[in-house]
Amino acid sequence: MHTKIQNFLTVLVVLFSMNMFAQEHGHENHNTAEHGEKLSIRDEIKAEIKHHLQDNHDFHIVGDLSIPLPIILWDNGLHLFMSSKFEEGHAVVEDNGSYYKIAHENGHIYKTDASGTIHLNDHGFPSNEQPLDFSITKTVVMIMLTGLLMFLLFGGLAKSYVKNGGVGKGAGRFFEPIVLFIRDEIAIPNIGKKHYKKYMSFLLTIFFFIWFVNLFGLTPLGVNVTGNIAITSALAILTYLITTFTAKKDYWKHIFWMPGVPVPMKFILAPIELLGTFIKPFALTMRLYANMFAGHIVLMSIIGLIFIYKSWIGGPLSFGLAFGLSILELLVAALQAYIFTVLSALYFGSAVEEHDEH
Amino acid sequence: MEIPKIVGAGLIVIGAGLGIGKIGGSAMDAIARQPEASGKIQTAMLIAAALIEGIGFAALFAG
Repeated sequence: MHTKIQNFLTVLVVLFSMNMFAQEHGHENHNTAEHGEKLSIRDEIKAEIKHHLQDNHDFHIVGDLSIPLPIILWDNGLHLFMSSKFEEGHAVVEDNGSYYKIAHENGHIYKTDASGTIHLNDHGFPSNEQPLDFSITKTVVMIMLTGLLMFLLFGGLAKSYVKNGGVGKGAGRFFEPIVLFIRDEIAIPNIGKKHYKKYMSFLLTIFFFIWFVNLFGLTPLGVNVTGNIAITSALAILTYLITTFTAKKDYWKHIFWMPGVPVPMKFILAPIELLGTFIKPFALTMRLYANMFAGHIVLMSIIGLIFIYKSWIGGPLSFGLAFGLSILELLVAALQAYIFTVLSALYFGSAVEEHDEH
Repeated sequence: MEIPKIVGAGLIVIGAGLGIGKIGGSAMDAIARQPEASGKIQTAMLIAAALIEGIGFAALFAG
């Protein structure tokens, strides 16, 4: 007797268990470090976690299988080559007269000389010159895939609604309550019935993008898109730009010349309010980034515990804890998408609200 | 990690925990008084909790 819920739960359990096995296989390969000594298991786990959370220039699937991705560099001229030339960070690549190498410390590409020397500064980070890196990295591939998925999914949904005369079929039945929720509980209460339609497309896109990308981060593919501060700050900058460029006069009045307040206070409030407009998107990025990044670190550390406690009790206990945390991460994935959307709607609402009192 | 960093991280967690705990507590009181409004109260509680957690995380990462 297999109901749909039972099937769904089975798939979830299998997916999460696969996550742990994928980590285990990737782990076995780097038993001796690049410098030739045998690292302690804690350092190995740390290196492995770092490798998973960073953005890589090739798509590492399982064990030794990885898909090379194109590297696009701009350094007084366009350099275009596949990341397989780097040979997993060991080789120095020569392209049109300049040499490039991936530094082990942070996985970035640096310009070096023919022998591949990397000078470290006081903090242990490379201080070579860096070319402008526009490569298609793992994160970029994931974003493109998610974009394609959303495009196909929602385009298909729209077509099916037209065909069936306003009644959803199949996936439409799952997404319709969510879309209506965003419209009725997030957009209209915060932005108001008059202006909410302009912002609906952005709110829907942000919500589903963050949700899907977070969900992909929980699968064994090991891509951590929102745990990258560049991604989350880009989303927050979009919110900031939309707020700034669609704001009405009342919004600017409230920032620079708050009505209903004595004049000396207005001068004090103006810089604080102006700072507030920058701090709000900054908080958006930090919230999403830290939630996702910390969640991934904790999850992988607990999985790493399985390898430290090589016992019959410690292993399964850590596995159970990691499994429970993965379920929590599911909730956090959706919650963070919801919070980002709600706060963006709040900021849009304050930008377009018009009141005649004060 | 040096001691001041660890103490600072602990303080941040205490602050965030206290703040969100207070919000959660008053949210539960409110829901107990008026079960019909539980949807709105839940929404408001989530927003407030996310804002506090946002600062907490930002501070944790800056430290």
